[in-house]
Amino acid sequence: MRRVVITGLGMVTPLGCGVKTNWDRLMAGKSGIRAIDSFDVSDLPAKIAGMVPEGTKDEGGFDPSEWVEPKEQRKIDRFILFGMVAAQQAVEDSGWTPTDAEGQERTGVMIGSGIGGLTTIAEAAVLLQERGPRRISPFFIPSALINLVSGQVSIKYGFKGPNHSAVTACATGAHAIGDAARLIALDDADVMVAGGAEAAICRLGVAGFAAARALSTGYNDSPEEASRPWDEGRDGFIMGEGAGVVVLEEYEHAKKRGATIYGEVIGYGLSGDAHHITAPADDGDGGFRAMKAALKRAQISVDDIDYINAHGTSTPLGDAIEFGAVKRLFGNAAANVSMSSTKSAIGHLLGAAGAVEAIYSVLAIRDQAVPPTLNLNNPSEGIDGMDLVPNQARERPVRVALSNSFGFGGTNAALIFSKVA
Amino acid sequence: MSDVAERVKKIVVEHLGVDESKVTEDASFIDDLGADSLDTVELVMAFEEEFSCEIPDDAAEKILTVKDAIDFIKSQEG
Repeated sequence: MRRVVITGLGMVTPLGCGVKTNWDRLMAGKSGIRAIDSFDVSDLPAKIAGMVPEGTKDEGGFDPSEWVEPKEQRKIDRFILFGMVAAQQAVEDSGWTPTDAEGQERTGVMIGSGIGGLTTIAEAAVLLQERGPRRISPFFIPSALINLVSGQVSIKYGFKGPNHSAVTACATGAHAIGDAARLIALDDADVMVAGGAEAAICRLGVAGFAAARALSTGYNDSPEEASRPWDEGRDGFIMGEGAGVVVLEEYEHAKKRGATIYGEVIGYGLSGDAHHITAPADDGDGGFRAMKAALKRAQISVDDIDYINAHGTSTPLGDAIEFGAVKRLFGNAAANVSMSSTKSAIGHLLGAAGAVEAIYSVLAIRDQAVPPTLNLNNPSEGIDGMDLVPNQARERPVRVALSNSFGFGGTNAALIFSKVA
Repeated sequence: MSDVAERVKKIVVEHLGVDESKVTEDASFIDDLGADSLDTVELVMAFEEEFSCEIPDDAAEKILTVKDAIDFIKSQEG
């Protein structure tokens, strides 16, 4: 199979807009979680979230008007806006903007979302009820559909290759990157713009996840302390929003044009729990098998892995189960690996999480340093024997990084990245 | 310029994001102002909202220029 490398990165998250801003703030131990101020939360049990900060590009903030014309903004839900912005950063970073037919036809897009245009759907439903069908905009459907990030990006750049979209809840971003890499490996495309986008922080979204008893509710007055993977005080995840997009490219194609190569996608594994719609199986076997499959594809052993970017959402059950699965897989090698959850800083970006975390993993390899797990002060019972990078980033050798993503429905994905040898 | 014409042009400028000077009475939404078929549906909705009238689909299909819109709305207000 053909080798696939990463030649462009783009992201917008609660830590800011842009890769450098994100990475600097993440490694400095900053948190992007704060009180929700964009809608009424008085009757909601969870009142905090990881929201993309407003502000100019220069401040590392996000101002939609710097990226998309106001006329176009009205036609896209916020998740599409984030996806387009992250894609623009990644494409510009890669320097790949073909104008010839072959270049365009060999470049595809696969950007997914877990939920899609939830805010748009909620508002349209109210409008329909109150004012009737004649007031529904012709842009309602295309502004809410999940695959319209891929559609919009392809239209903007003329990318005419495979146009696809992953939808696997909180594993979306990882599946999108893994599947897009396969399209290149199998020669369906030379370049793929891949990732995930999410913007589900609205009254309906918070109410839904809160009803499923998935959200943290005990830290509404201290938002930055709420996301605390593996800590005994953890009580649920914190919703986040944003997007992560990478440019994937066939190795020789990238070399030939002298592209900057961040790393290689060497492993990708998938599995299903076949257990429960929202809860992971107690034995963590689904995550275990996804990681194992990724290792097999990469043709490496656990001894080769230095860093794991965990799914680690800060839920009481999920964190312990993932920890157990990693220990079971790594055995004695667990003592030498560092594992952290960057959701401690940005919350859970749902369908964008896997893509954002893939980028953080690649940057850990680039800089030979691992990001921290914030608020990990007292690991809960049974969480021991592995470095979880509590509270402070650390330099260490990182040859190979593994990134886990698990989603509702019992869907699991693991990605493995390495330096290009 | 009549009040109706001014209000129609204002809506066109806002919805299509075009410069006011381009919105002449004989300007075609699609050919001159860069609208697509979905934009024209939304424009008609905005006219309905602004003038509290209903523009049936068969009438909407014939509203291709700024003048068409002004004339139709005036005929309703008649």
